Amino acid sequence: MGKWPKPAEGTWTQHYPDLGTGLISFDDSVSPEFYELERDAIFRRAWLNVGRVEDVPRVGSYFTKEIVAAKASVIVVRDKDDTIRAFHNICRHRGNKLVWNDDPTAETSGTTRQFACKYHGWRYGIDGACTFVQQESEFFDLDKAQLGLVPVHCDVWSGFIFINLDREPRQTLREFLGPMITGLDGYPFDKLTERYDFVADNNSNWKLFADAFQEYYHVLSLHPQQVPIAVRNPQSTFECAHFQLDGPHRLVSTAGPRRWTLPPEYMYPIERATRSGLVGPWHTPDIGELPSGLNPAGLDEWGITNFQIFPNIEILIYGGWYLIYRYWPTSPNTHRFEATLAFHPARTVRERIEHEVAALVFKEFALQDAGMLGGTQRALETGAVDRFPVSDQEILVRHFHRVVADWVEDYQKATAGVPA
Amino acid sequence: MSGMLPPGFAELERFAPTWCLATEEERFSQRMGSSMQDLIDFYDAFFPRLEEAIDYCDKFPIDDLPADVEHLVQLIHSLAMVAMAVEIFGQVKTVDAADAVLTRVNEPRP
Repeated sequence: MGKWPKPAEGTWTQHYPDLGTGLISFDDSVSPEFYELERDAIFRRAWLNVGRVEDVPRVGSYFTKEIVAAKASVIVVRDKDDTIRAFHNICRHRGNKLVWNDDPTAETSGTTRQFACKYHGWRYGIDGACTFVQQESEFFDLDKAQLGLVPVHCDVWSGFIFINLDREPRQTLREFLGPMITGLDGYPFDKLTERYDFVADNNSNWKLFADAFQEYYHVLSLHPQQVPIAVRNPQSTFECAHFQLDGPHRLVSTAGPRRWTLPPEYMYPIERATRSGLVGPWHTPDIGELPSGLNPAGLDEWGITNFQIFPNIEILIYGGWYLIYRYWPTSPNTHRFEATLAFHPARTVRERIEHEVAALVFKEFALQDAGMLGGTQRALETGAVDRFPVSDQEILVRHFHRVVADWVEDYQKATAGVPA
Repeated sequence: MSGMLPPGFAELERFAPTWCLATEEERFSQRMGSSMQDLIDFYDAFFPRLEEAIDYCDKFPIDDLPADVEHLVQLIHSLAMVAMAVEIFGQVKTVDAADAVLTRVNEPRP
């Protein structure tokens, strides 16, 4: 008997019978052919979160996003009417990359009244309209009205900016997110604007790092230092209270004792001195009423809910602060990882120190997670083992790889016999 | 020469040029370039006064800190960085981090 009740079927995995309980393959994380399919089937068809509204705070604020997997570069900009728009980052004249700084392959950001192409000086408004053509009279039948930047579907949910690179998205953003994710409607993300942003170029397939953050079964083995050695119990186990699936999306939620109620020896001295650490600041400002979707199992002493939004975003919400992870494939066996910690803006030095300590502890243990990746990728690539057991605590890993396979299969069916 | 830190923390001046660093990237790099003994020396000298230092800095408005107080906040951030090595891992580098790198590209100051 575990710490938490399981569904009537006996396990979380059997509660979702389509998942099966058999061994699974990770060939989807090593095959170059599968990666090529994912690019079109997933990254050119799903809604992708590219940032937050705070990234474009004022009219004319913009950033560019390189989406290697989709072979796309996108400009996201706040237009005069405060609408957030997205465009392909390409000049309509001769295809030069429109917005970049020193390095055309690197992302950039800023605030502008217009976008001017470095090559021949064509200019575009922040609404995408072509506003200036150098020596326009030299051209033939040129209609500037037809030469605006090519729009990318863009929508915002709860301050998260999503784009969709499909010609015509098959679902609206809200339809795509579904009731489990939109159960977070009303969460005060807009109050948590003090941000610590991280990037890493990791040497594994994108899905393998996502896997590391959608199960906590690995915590006891990989992160033993989360508990001081004097009170570390080698017999301990780790279970999560609640797992839930909705369409392609997943969540895990669990409870935990409030840090300040633990005996002091369960924390490191730096945590006690700063009242912050492993799960963030011990106390956070009141941010108002929270939506019931935040704690979907109605847990007492709720601790976290970890929302995995397909394909490559995680929103991990703690009491009064949250994290965003994004995994952007850059090749079959590499990806760019982005992480953000977001807190209520510090009102005092003490609060700032609390945030700093939370961000430090986050990095230490994320480095351990990332440290596994190169070894996992290389070992899988040997092909020595091709089927792997996945436990009930790892149901989200099983679901994720299943959904990826389903999207690829749907795409193959939809495009079968259709000329590329 | 006047010190970098508030007068009440003058005993820590010897660490200030090394550890009063404005960004996490610099503090992380300083940790990785230090010996474990360097980290322990800094930790042992400063940790006993950490809570006092936090309380002292906390008396000033966060968006308008005098230069010496800002330095002390940086020194506190550095102590927290060093505590990761001294308290948690017992070595300079994160245990089992292998070749992983995670770069902080945006943060509030101080």
